[in-house]
Formats: sequence, structure tokens, C-alpha cells
Amino acid sequence: MHIVVPIKQVPDTAKVKLDPETGTMIRSETDAVMNPLDLYAVETAIRLKEQYGGKITVLSMGPSSAHRTLKEALAMGCDEGVLLSDKAFAGADTWATSYALSTAIRESVPYDLIITGERATDGDTGQVGPGIAAWLNIPVATYVARIENFDGTRFTLARLTEEGYERLSVPLPCLLTVVKEIAIPRLPTLKGIKRARASEISIRGKDAFPFRDEYLGLRGSPTRVVKIETPQVSRKGEVLVIKTEEDLEKAAEEFVRFLEERALI
Amino acid sequence: MDLMENQVWTLAEQWEGKLKPISYELLAWGRNLADKLNAPLVSVVMGNGIPRETLETLVHYGADEVYCVQHPRLSHFTCESYARVLERLIQTRRPTILLGGATTTGRTLLPYLAVKVGTGLTADCTALDIEPGTGNLLQTRPAIGGNIMATIKTPNHRPQMATVRPRSKKPLCPDPTRKGRIETIEAPEEWMDNRVQFLELQALDEDGNSLESADIVVSGGKGLKKAENFSLIRGLAEELGAAIGASREAVERGWISYPHQVGLSGKTISPKLYIAVGISGSIQHLAGIKSSETILAVNSDPGAPIFQVANFGIVGDLFQVIPRIRDRLREYRMRKQQEGTHGCEE
Repeated sequence: MHIVVPIKQVPDTAKVKLDPETGTMIRSETDAVMNPLDLYAVETAIRLKEQYGGKITVLSMGPSSAHRTLKEALAMGCDEGVLLSDKAFAGADTWATSYALSTAIRESVPYDLIITGERATDGDTGQVGPGIAAWLNIPVATYVARIENFDGTRFTLARLTEEGYERLSVPLPCLLTVVKEIAIPRLPTLKGIKRARASEISIRGKDAFPFRDEYLGLRGSPTRVVKIETPQVSRKGEVLVIKTEEDLEKAAEEFVRFLEERALI
Repeated sequence: MDLMENQVWTLAEQWEGKLKPISYELLAWGRNLADKLNAPLVSVVMGNGIPRETLETLVHYGADEVYCVQHPRLSHFTCESYARVLERLIQTRRPTILLGGATTTGRTLLPYLAVKVGTGLTADCTALDIEPGTGNLLQTRPAIGGNIMATIKTPNHRPQMATVRPRSKKPLCPDPTRKGRIETIEAPEEWMDNRVQFLELQALDEDGNSLESADIVVSGGKGLKKAENFSLIRGLAEELGAAIGASREAVERGWISYPHQVGLSGKTISPKLYIAVGISGSIQHLAGIKSSETILAVNSDPGAPIFQVANFGIVGDLFQVIPRIRDRLREYRMRKQQEGTHGCEE
């Protein structure tokens, strides 16, 4: 089984600090890391490979520095890394991104399965996974929380929806987007890190695949960002500090009154 | 045909033949846009054997027309068949706008469909408007964990598509005298994609009440110290008729299951009231609750970031505070019941 895992490099939100005045992110201290939700996709792919054999290709699109993120995935146990990097890809929205990634997948590798994270923590759209499936005309199952069975041609799996777990039977080839519940990502082993360090990430530009230029990057993107605003979250309200029994009683009463005034009870 | 090419469509969602609240919320958004464009508003429903009375409610809530596409294989959502149905409808009827819910269905179906019909899509919008002059749809959404708001256009592709965050707008007041056209479309077999089979739904665990649709959510975090203490959260939630949430720490310690996790790697929710108990409020957690209408926090650390976003905060020992609040709430409820004023709000 050949599994392709598209991943993304994002700012490290764990290192981001919150500005106490404005409640916004202080971005200067951030490092770039693998999208944390992609770790679950990588882990799922490795577990399937361990169980059924095969090979895993991780694929990313971004600046050349994103090769570090691909190496991280190799250190965890993926076999091969491919980075799409070219000025022509810059500014792509989810439509153009899914076009570029799906073209690279279709043209470079015979694939059986594609696994992505639920969404990236920066763009927060979750649209690229289903978009890739649509370009490749393969079925998609999103929010997959459990893989219950694989019989060599079909998965039985459970996707987490508002109502509960929806159980589906999905044939290969297909694309799955997974949620955190599916598996706990492993840490790279020392051996894995050494292997990743020794391996080459192949960096491909726009001439590496038969891309349609008019579908790439900003030019190929149907959407345009017209305005960016930083909302001020200054909702900071009253804070009661409890020191005595009286404070406690007052806080509980205030709490109920607060709810009553706003018709919340 | 000009009129038809200018339609605003909203995508209704149903479960077992019953329409979900997002169907009506989208009509409130759609009505506003359709009025600005002087265009008809159409609600599109896919399912099987949905009763006419149910479809009529969509007209009561603002639709001028309802397209109901029926087929046994549409009774449950599968992305490929739903996308193919919509693709065919869009090709023949050419709406200018298509709105879906930013639900697990909408966030799967619409990106798939957007590629198939070759148009743009904006995820998880919290505001929509029409640009004066051009008539383009202005789509505003939070990004980077709610730290920026971006406004996005789809100037040259149609339909302009967006998913809209649930509960970001109240449904219009239903008008049972409103009249509209209901068109039932029997989907031909070739519109169906049989690759994925829906097997069954397993409902969520004992703490049922869906996080995404709850008016009130009570969440517990690390401050609860151990699994058994989650009963405090359950007790308060029960008193308030609330759903139960949790921070990542609580889920990772195994105190409660993942479907309850709120935040960047869990669910993004926007209830009327969010109560955070023993949750410090990491940036990842705040990203999931920022659009709540009201936030209350109970935490022993006065410096906890949760207080930066709370409308009302209590610094104290949650093991004292929560039982006391629960007692006062119970008294309040009993008093209201005696006064006989309970539940008669409009």
C-alpha cells in the first residue's frame, strides 16, 4: 500500500504568547513547525504501514524551509519527502493548493490512500483534504476518529460528527482526514532522526509536473483576501476574588444574578 | 432566465428526515443577502421521504423556493453523491451564491463541490454582506485561532460559496402564512455514487448533549485534579441544561472522552454561555471559545489568561465555588417554579 500524507508547515502556536492588553497573538517569538493536527495523519499512516506493509510519501507545498517539516515526518517513520516549492505556487488559496498537491500526487506516485490532518491551525479551513479528493475523483471520509477494519480493499471506519460516530465503509483509493482521537503520535527515535538527516527531500518546482499555470498560486485562486483586521477582545469583565466565606456567598449570588440579567437561566 | 441566474441558495441539513437548526440559520443569512440583491432565496434539501410539512417550514423561515432532491441513497450524508447532485443543479440553475453550514457535513461537502464546479469557497464565516456596486459577496472569517478577521471575495467565479459558522445568526421568526414554491426532484440513479456505504450512527456517550448545538457549555480542566471530580462539572451542567466540554489537559489525562474537547485540536464552539472551570485558558483553548457570547470563568489563579476574555470571573477554590453556585441555582429554579414564571418567555 502506498500512502501519501500531505502536510503543512505553520507558525508554532505553542510558543505564541497572548498580549494581555489586546488578547491577540504576539507572533515575533514563533517558530515554524509541522501543523500539529498533521501529526495524527502521519501517525495513522505509519500504523497502517506497520500493519499492512507499504510505503509512505509525505508531501508539502511551501517555502524551501518547509523541508524541515518533511524531515520531521521522515524521522517519525515516513519513507520519502517531496516539497513543492516555487514562486508560482505562492498565494494559493485552498482551491489552488488542492490543485497543485493533487497534480503532484497523480503524476508522481501510484497511490492507494491519502491521509491528511483535519485542518491546519493557521488557515483553519480544513478544505484542502476534501479538495484533493475531488481533484482525484476519489471518495473522502472526514473527521475519521477510528479505523475499525481493513480487508485489503475497503476500510470500515468511524467519523466524528455532531450526532456521534458515523460508521462508513470506504474503498481504496480514498482520502481520509483524521482527528486527534485516532492515535497518539509517536516521537521520532534517534535512529529515525539519523535516517531523516541522511535522506534527501526532493524539491519540485512548477515545471516538475504538467501543471496548468492558470490554476497555480494567487493567479489560480478564485478567492481574494480584501481586508485583514485584528479584533480587539476587550471583554474583560468583573473578577471577584474569594478570601472569606462571605466572598464565596457573594460570588455565588453574583453568578446567578449575572445569568439571570442576561436571560441565560 | 436572468432571475434564475441570480438565485441565492442555502443548504438545509437533515437527520432522519428532520431539519437541523443550521438550515434555518442559513436562511436568515440568505434572506439578508437575497434582499440586498433583490434575488430569490432557495433552500436546497437532500434526503429521502422528507414530509411536505417539514419542507414548508423552510418557507416559513424565509425561503422563496425549496428544492428537495430525493433518493433512498441520499437519506444519509455521503460526500460524493451529495456533491454530484449539487453539481448537476448548479450547472442547470446557476445560483450566484451558495451557503452551507460550517458543520462536519458542510465542511466536507462544500470543498469537494467547489473543486468540481471550479469556484472559490470561504470556510467558517461569521459575517456575510453584499459589496455595494459590484454585488459581490463579502465573506468574513476568523483565522489563526480567531486572532485575525479576514474578509474574502470571489470576484470572478460563480457561485460564490461559503460555509457559515453554526449559531452565528438567529433564525428569523417563522411566519406560517408565508407562501413559497416547493419543487421535489427525484434524483436519477446516475447522480448516485455508490463507492462509500453508510453503515450506522453510534450516538455519543452518556454526556450526550451535542457541544456544537448547546446554548450553554460547562467545561472542566486541569484544576479538577482527578477524573471523579468531573462530577462537579456534570452536576453544574445538569442544573443549567448545558453540554459538557473539557480542556485538552482533561482529555489527555483520560478524565473525559475526546468528543468533549474544546480548542484548537478539538471543537470550536460559540454557545450563548461558556463556563470554564479550572481551565487556565491557553491560546489553543481560547481559539475554540472566542466567539462565545458570554464567558464565565472560575479559577484559583488570578493571573490565568482565561480572565482576559471572561465577562465575569471568580478567583477561588472551585471545589468550594461550584457546589455553592449549584446550590444557589437550584434555589433560584425552585423559586421561579413556585412563582410559576418558568418557561413562559417568548
